[in-house]
Amino acid sequence: MQNWISAFGGRQRLLQLAALAVVLLVVLPLTLDIFRLNLIGKYLTYAFVAIGLVLCWGYGGVLSLGQGIFFGLGGYCMAMFLKLEASSPENTAIQSTPGIPDFMDWNQITELPIFWMPFHSLTLTVLLILTVPALFAFVIGVAMFKRRVGGVYFAIITQAIASIATILIIGQQGYTGGINGITDLRTLLGWDIRPDSAKYILYFLCCVLLILCLLIGQFVLSSRYGKLLIAMRDQEDRVRFSGYDVANIKIFVFALAGIFSAIGGAMFALQVGFMSPTFVGTVVSIEMVIFCAVGGRLSLIGAVYGALLVNLAKSLLSESFPQLWIIFMGALFIGVVLLFPRGLAGLYEDFVQPHIDRFLASRRKPALVKHEQAAEPAPTSGKPQEVTS
Amino acid sequence: MLASYIQIKEKHLMHDSTRKTPAWKRHLLAVALGAGLGFAGAAGAADHPTDKVNTTGLAVSDDTVKVGILHSVTGTMAISETGSVEAEKLAIEQINAMGGVLGRQIEVIQEDGASDWPTFAEKSRKLLTQDKVAAVFGCWTSASRKAVLPVFEKENGILYYPTFYEGLEQSKNVIYTGQEATQQNLAGLDWIAKEKDAKTYYLVGSDYIWPRTSNKIARKHIENVLGGEVIGEEYYPLGNTNFGSLINKIRLKKPDVVYASIVGGSNVAWWKQLKAAGITPERQTIVTISVTEDEVLGIGGENIAGYYSSMKYFQSLENENNQAFVKAFKARWGEDSVIGDVTQAAYLGPWLWKAAVEKAGSFDVDAVAAASADIELETAPEGYVKVHENHHLWSKLRMGQWKADGQAEVVYESELIEPNPFPEGYQ
Repeated sequence: MQNWISAFGGRQRLLQLAALAVVLLVVLPLTLDIFRLNLIGKYLTYAFVAIGLVLCWGYGGVLSLGQGIFFGLGGYCMAMFLKLEASSPENTAIQSTPGIPDFMDWNQITELPIFWMPFHSLTLTVLLILTVPALFAFVIGVAMFKRRVGGVYFAIITQAIASIATILIIGQQGYTGGINGITDLRTLLGWDIRPDSAKYILYFLCCVLLILCLLIGQFVLSSRYGKLLIAMRDQEDRVRFSGYDVANIKIFVFALAGIFSAIGGAMFALQVGFMSPTFVGTVVSIEMVIFCAVGGRLSLIGAVYGALLVNLAKSLLSESFPQLWIIFMGALFIGVVLLFPRGLAGLYEDFVQPHIDRFLASRRKPALVKHEQAAEPAPTSGKPQEVTS
Repeated sequence: MLASYIQIKEKHLMHDSTRKTPAWKRHLLAVALGAGLGFAGAAGAADHPTDKVNTTGLAVSDDTVKVGILHSVTGTMAISETGSVEAEKLAIEQINAMGGVLGRQIEVIQEDGASDWPTFAEKSRKLLTQDKVAAVFGCWTSASRKAVLPVFEKENGILYYPTFYEGLEQSKNVIYTGQEATQQNLAGLDWIAKEKDAKTYYLVGSDYIWPRTSNKIARKHIENVLGGEVIGEEYYPLGNTNFGSLINKIRLKKPDVVYASIVGGSNVAWWKQLKAAGITPERQTIVTISVTEDEVLGIGGENIAGYYSSMKYFQSLENENNQAFVKAFKARWGEDSVIGDVTQAAYLGPWLWKAAVEKAGSFDVDAVAAASADIELETAPEGYVKVHENHHLWSKLRMGQWKADGQAEVVYESELIEPNPFPEGYQ
């Protein structure tokens, strides 16, 4: 039992995760109507990306400004599957070529392109959602990290790739739907994804997947690999001289972050009902980094709260102040980054966690407390920890 | 019994809202002059009990009805969409001053689409499911309309969409107050072919669905009907600002007509670079389907003077309706404001909705959608318009030649053109 707890980040982290699960699965569904809950579900899909960024940037020191690419890959894979299902010959009888997506017909394409073929099958689609981003991240990773491109250069290159991806999607509108994106998605294997009941189910599915991803993230961080990741972030050369291949460590974490983002993208397409190149571009990719920074880049769970709060603020502010909200948002970001550089998670660790620790400690036998402290080094303070070898 | 009552009511309303319309026109002047006189509405709320006019749980009370305005007021599209917001608000204020719709004052809930298509979808869902608005006036780009269309169809709302667009769409839940592609392209091409004796055409546009569809229709028309030849067709990404190579190609190939659908900020670069390259309207005819008074404000009248725009409305139209509209618009939003094609189409939205509600005697979306066909508006600034059963408007096409002061001189006006969003032979 003890082994399992420490394999997933220790008692404290698991308690925090349980609290998050209660908030997502019980509190929010009971207090919000389906419209707001669906919005929360949409924000949670960004949280997948933010979790990936915590691993990749917060712990691995690899800042990617192109996570939108992976979000987009996942989203487009799912949207292509749903679009094909919505474009049955009966539904598209009005077109010159029935049976292909409407935007292809508008662009004088008369048969389905080959790369759309796999998306007739849901199994293949799910496989592609997981493998395409991983492969793509692997290719980028090999090209960059093996040549020791890192830091700012890597960030700029990922941003450029995101930009290229957007231009490609917009330019090839006959095959991708162009700037309109892939719209009017209706059913998943005959199950209508638009009514409220479906939105509830998709919301819970999204929460469960998110919690799974958080568990995987904590598992990775608690493993020996996680320690190496932190070591590499703080002293890359020392890790290299100890005989590790630093590039492989980076490629793995980058690919993992990519897969998480793609799952988020797929859930986004399911819950929102369409996918557009806006979600592949540089703006959204940088926004994702902001969610992560607001939540705290060293806290997986903080990233989830960060994505939720920033987007909630965005929705509510824009509803109340249609013309001024964007200025408030800017002020909010600047404020958070200046005043709380460790984000929400930092605030929590400084002000809330000590109380909880005291409360828990007072209820436990002294012997057990001693044991816990020995098993677990002091909770991460948020500052990069020096690793002494 | 009830049916015959409604029928009588309907006749009475038809009479009031269509034939006797000069009432509001007079009122328009009154508003413009700041007199603020209130005319009695077509019918008082007492004649239309709330449980009769609202059977689907819309936000209609005994004295108010809520509607939504959904445009981008932030982001890259804000510059284009602001005019539509202003026109819609003006129309709603005028309707309220006349006594509202079925005796109810219109309350506006405005949401920002933020130039972002998913945000449009989110906000439209909010307007329909949370605020329960009776109608929404909004959207500008095709992408935003495509994003909200499934929401409107699922939640059964009604959208008044103001922009000229590519066609290939028709929905019970949308009233298209702008022109679809055939209405904007065919008559203009006929005129320019005759006027300039044009044989060769060069098609250019921004790279998205609207320019591509418009050019597809233009090409078919040029090749099959006019017997001309398309000697070039090129697309540039949205926001592109470098047209040097395109301008060189145009110089080399010397087409009789350049047919342009370059949109947004790219316009400024395109027209300025044309002028800088020494191309003049005397030597090169250019017809654009994407420049209205709003864009000319950014381009600068001196850079585009002499070239043609193909639209249904220009601010300089000389008719009584338009003079009153321009006066009221400037009184409300400032002397410097300009009114483009889409702004005028947006202005029609609330009036068409009012007419449909009064014809149906109900705010229910199904009733309004069904009543919309054949609604006539003799008081539209662009002149007479009528809603087709395919939910588009019958409208005229006008060819305007730009002047250095940023206004256009209307050099050609077509007959009323039937909207045909799915044109045979042009697919």
